[in-house]
Amino acid sequence: MMADEFTVKLDAYLDGELPSSEMKAIDAHVRDCPPCAADVLIRVQMKRAMQAAGKRYSPSPEFRQRIQQQIASRPRQWASRAWMAASAVMAILLIAGILNSYIGRERLEQEHAFSEVADLHVAALASPNTVDVASSDRHTVKPWFQGKIPFTFNLPELQNTEFTLVGGRIAYLGQAPGAELIFQVRKHYVSVFIFQEHAAPALRSGSGVRKHVSFNYETWTEGGLRYIAISDTTGDDISKLAELLKAAAKS
Amino acid sequence: MEVAKDRLTAAAFEELAMPLFDQLYNFAHWLTKERSEAEDLVQETYAKALRGLASFQPGTNFRAWMYRILRNTFLTSRTGLKVASTVPLDADDAPEIPSSAGTPESIFIEKSQEHLLQTAIDELPLHFREVLLLCEVEEMSYQEIADALSIPIGTVMSRLSRARRALRELLQKKLGGS
Repeated sequence: MMADEFTVKLDAYLDGELPSSEMKAIDAHVRDCPPCAADVLIRVQMKRAMQAAGKRYSPSPEFRQRIQQQIASRPRQWASRAWMAASAVMAILLIAGILNSYIGRERLEQEHAFSEVADLHVAALASPNTVDVASSDRHTVKPWFQGKIPFTFNLPELQNTEFTLVGGRIAYLGQAPGAELIFQVRKHYVSVFIFQEHAAPALRSGSGVRKHVSFNYETWTEGGLRYIAISDTTGDDISKLAELLKAAAKS
Repeated sequence: MEVAKDRLTAAAFEELAMPLFDQLYNFAHWLTKERSEAEDLVQETYAKALRGLASFQPGTNFRAWMYRILRNTFLTSRTGLKVASTVPLDADDAPEIPSSAGTPESIFIEKSQEHLLQTAIDELPLHFREVLLLCEVEEMSYQEIADALSIPIGTVMSRLSRARRALRELLQKKLGGS
């Protein structure tokens, strides 16, 4: 009778996922243990049967064509343009064009990322449950995120400031989970999003507060995390809150 | 399938994503159990991946990224939400139930009933079905599976073991425990 831990190991052994020293140990054991050898044989046969049975469904040719068209339209247009511009006379213009489109695309991606963030901010405020954890106590809000997002962060002490913490919720950007913290300043709400830096590669830190579709926002990185503060309040408020958050992150 | 370029372009995306088409469709059909839903799911996955190219982290596994998008899209679909709500939250912490004696696989393999195995896979709870398919059919490494399902490797290992056990038990039941 094999222990459960051993069964997990045996599975990992057959999946080729054990370190070589453990592989050798299991090899040796299986050779000397007929019940285990029989079990291994059955598991191998089962793996093969699963492999065949699992490849059950195939897409129709029409569907394949549809997807191919969906994802090929943009690069093909680019390719044909590039071909047309490939003459020697056009070479310089082509380089200038590529540079220009690269810069343009960067700007577009940046705009797109900020639009998504603005959407998240508006969606949270429009929701009947603006926050999933409602508390002005940072010692309640921060632990609530434990196990829900793959990182942690520090929240500032807000006593003697104009800001109050309303609460927090989970937000997603680029398929990655992050934290959305909602603060209040006078009658305005500020969303502060915190994601891992790679979740929003299009976002670039700039100096101070900027504007996007009439929202003021500031974004910066600290310790591998991307912070974005966004609100309809004044740029001055956002920059004050950003400073508090930056100081808390460094503490 | 590690992508080490600075930025994934739309042209490179086509080259990387189209070879995954058949397997993504197969996986989608196993999840949704229905052709038109599987097609919608795959189509949305490609559209989302193309839109979100900037969020793909160069140097990481592209295949796992595509599967993650597909699975997240499925989980937020109507069918996915229904299925996910029936999965016990502590599925990975539940104590192991010792499997009863007998080797259903040997009986099964002797009988070569592929259809029976497919029905059994279909009946597995989603979290078991997906981990087994990614391991056995897609032949993903544990790390890739962990990336695709956004779970730790230790969970991949224990879940796989439980999934195999559950499949054995289902087969045993189907074979009448003989």
